[in-house]
Amino acid sequence: MSEQTQRTPGTLARVDRQRAIDLTERYGLIAALVVLTVAFGVLEPTTFFTWANLSSMLGSQAVLVVVTLGLLIPLTANDFDVSIAYVLTFSSMVAAVLNAQLGVPIWLAVFAALAAGVAVGLVNGLLITVFRIHSLIVTLGTGTFLHGVTLWISGSMTISGLDPALIQYVIVGRVLGIPLEFYYALLLCVALWYVQEHTAVGRRLLFVGRGREVARLSGINTDRVRLGCLVASSVLGAIGGVLYAGTQGAADPSSGASLLLPAFAAAFLGSTSVVPGRFNPFGSLVAVYFLVTGITGLVFLGVSSFVQDMFYGGALVLAVTLSQIVRGREEQQF
Amino acid sequence: MSERAASAVPLALEFRNLSKTFGGQKALSGVDFQLRPGEVHGLLGQNGSGKSTLIKVLAGYHAPDSGSELLVHGERVPLPLPSGRFRAFGISFVHQHLGLIPSLTVVENLLLGRMAASRALAVSWRREAARARRVFERYGLTLDSNAQVSRLTGVERALLAIVRAMEEMRGVGQARGGVLVLDEPTPFLPKRDVDRLFALIRAIVADGASVIFVSHDVDEVLEITDRATVLRDGRVAGTIATRGTSKDDLVRLIVGRALVPTARKRSAGGAAAPLAVVEGLEGPFINQLSFWVGEGEILGVTGLLGSGYEQVPYLLYGATRPSAGSLTVEGRHYDLLRLTPAEAVSDGIVLIPGDRAAAGVIGALPVVDNVTMPALGTIFHPLALARRRMALLASELGRRFEVTPNRPTLPVSALSGGNAQKVVLAKWLQGRPRLILLDEPTQGVDVGARYKVFEAIRDAAAGGAGVLCASSDYEQLASLCDRVLILARGGVAAELTRGDLSKESIAERCYRAGTVAPQVAKAET
Repeated sequence: MSEQTQRTPGTLARVDRQRAIDLTERYGLIAALVVLTVAFGVLEPTTFFTWANLSSMLGSQAVLVVVTLGLLIPLTANDFDVSIAYVLTFSSMVAAVLNAQLGVPIWLAVFAALAAGVAVGLVNGLLITVFRIHSLIVTLGTGTFLHGVTLWISGSMTISGLDPALIQYVIVGRVLGIPLEFYYALLLCVALWYVQEHTAVGRRLLFVGRGREVARLSGINTDRVRLGCLVASSVLGAIGGVLYAGTQGAADPSSGASLLLPAFAAAFLGSTSVVPGRFNPFGSLVAVYFLVTGITGLVFLGVSSFVQDMFYGGALVLAVTLSQIVRGREEQQF
Repeated sequence: MSERAASAVPLALEFRNLSKTFGGQKALSGVDFQLRPGEVHGLLGQNGSGKSTLIKVLAGYHAPDSGSELLVHGERVPLPLPSGRFRAFGISFVHQHLGLIPSLTVVENLLLGRMAASRALAVSWRREAARARRVFERYGLTLDSNAQVSRLTGVERALLAIVRAMEEMRGVGQARGGVLVLDEPTPFLPKRDVDRLFALIRAIVADGASVIFVSHDVDEVLEITDRATVLRDGRVAGTIATRGTSKDDLVRLIVGRALVPTARKRSAGGAAAPLAVVEGLEGPFINQLSFWVGEGEILGVTGLLGSGYEQVPYLLYGATRPSAGSLTVEGRHYDLLRLTPAEAVSDGIVLIPGDRAAAGVIGALPVVDNVTMPALGTIFHPLALARRRMALLASELGRRFEVTPNRPTLPVSALSGGNAQKVVLAKWLQGRPRLILLDEPTQGVDVGARYKVFEAIRDAAAGGAGVLCASSDYEQLASLCDRVLILARGGVAAELTRGDLSKESIAERCYRAGTVAPQVAKAET
């Protein structure tokens, strides 16, 4: 274990090489994203490489970014939240039913959707910390339960007719041609980065994830931290739901599930870059757009859409493998 | 089992000239060990005497030095034994951790070894249960073969593990002349249960097997064994016939002759005013324990395995929940049933755990993250952490505690054990705590770093803090502590103060106290 670095010419060369490896790790994914974009741009200059397409891609995937950000909070604390996608569908449905069917003002409907997120997060977190059940099982159960509730309150129908104001503030309003929702996602990214890096809460989160017993013996209330994580992920899921409803102008009872796997893939892929070895918001942001660019490009090239599942599934496994290599093959503690 | 009968038949097991060197250090040197057929043979010695090395050679875990010889039933066995091959020679082990799967039933556990090797497609559970019942009957045991092992008492589990070991030997046709190695089977058992265990051992020996009984407990060795071999510093200190040996003789053999107390190096402290008072502590293996720690005092707690001493720091910190007890530190009263580590930390009570990797520091994270952990909410603004100042603090602490290399961005796992421990000390001692709870503070720490660790602890005590140090390293306790409490069966069995403190005196008191209460000790002593 004891490797004391000594300053000899040999180690200096090793240090340089190590620095090069570090840089590649850090910014490799960003470079890959640029290369991918340029490659598809060369292949499909008239359809793919247009500002209209790129900006709409940035906007439409904002929901996925938010879900990924939500996911990486409990992941940092070594917990899973697979209910987040169902929270998204549920909260978008809550907003749609309240606003479009019952005539509740849109701001109140949005507030109710977010409150639903808090409630689900509390249920998840309390089940996990009070009864010591694995988060994967708890959120699998609550997620499926919520899916049922969503079908029930919507009558298994897509509910449209949401207040245009929401749509205006989510997708119609643009800055530099990019829909507003992209900036919301970016804002959340910055906020999460700040919390992770510059607040005591963010540090504690990391400690709980990496050494729960160390954290507990250091006086950190690990249960409270984990509970907070699950509430935060559910709230972000609910924000994703509101953005989703705003993007579509409607709520569709089976929409969110398709976001779960891409979000996991992006979170793990993101943990290999920017701050390698840690789930981090900017890495995740890059990862989301890397995956989306890959798929969109392939579809433009005429590949059938079933490729999407293969791509995301393959990317998840590949990303987890990569993140394991970056972490130095520590045993994963699921 | 008479002397004459034993010499007529070959020895059940014999080591000749057994040596084992670890990186220049002789763990065993020229050990001769003889196990007669049908005897219970005790194996004793302090920590580091070579006891467990000998057992591990027998298990095929360590390869001994060349020149070592092993004979089983008079026949030479090639060394090193391939791992796991001992079964073929009719040797079986029951370790302290028993190797049972708690969530399975008694009969499933009994079959565990056979299942792993078996190629049969189906198991008739009814037949196996009936067979298990017959086996238990033979040994005079009443165990429900369908009960889940987690519901058994401690002694029932030990009995099951022993019966399983015997059955495994029977499986290879060796039960009669087999050798059963019991490696510390008793430290967590109450006295009346130890008797049940001994009854089983006697039944096994009556059946023709031989037993090596590894233990710390002098009273138990005197009660159950026919002969005993004592190891000290890797050599045989003596092999004795148990009958006619007094407890004093045996303790002297374990500890060595030098019973003259050595003088202490430090002169501060004295009969200090109590800083922390512990009253009526009850917990796992701890029984109505009360004591105090003085201001500026370093108090050691120790004892043999099973005495509960290693639990004390965790119980006083809220890390392990006791069933009763209170702590008063400088007039502040804490109900230990409700104390949380968070509360302890904020009131200046800190714990430096023994298991560094799992409980002390997060190896994967940089030194700076680890060392600033307790300071996050206090010296830095929790909503705007000044990362540069944190790095400065980390490197300043690294300098003060002599962490080498002092690079706070390095993950702790890249440091040596001693330097990692300095990081743990820096993490907790920076805030000038009032009560410092230590568990094996120099475990896995090299000699140089050990000195620095001692110095840091002494500095903290000189600054007025009270220190409680739980350790099984008697030498460390003798040189670090002002006073040492020796626990047995969860209570204070002896107290040594500065004039009487030496490695030998602590060891002697530990073995004399044993883990058995005085009134049930053997009558002859």
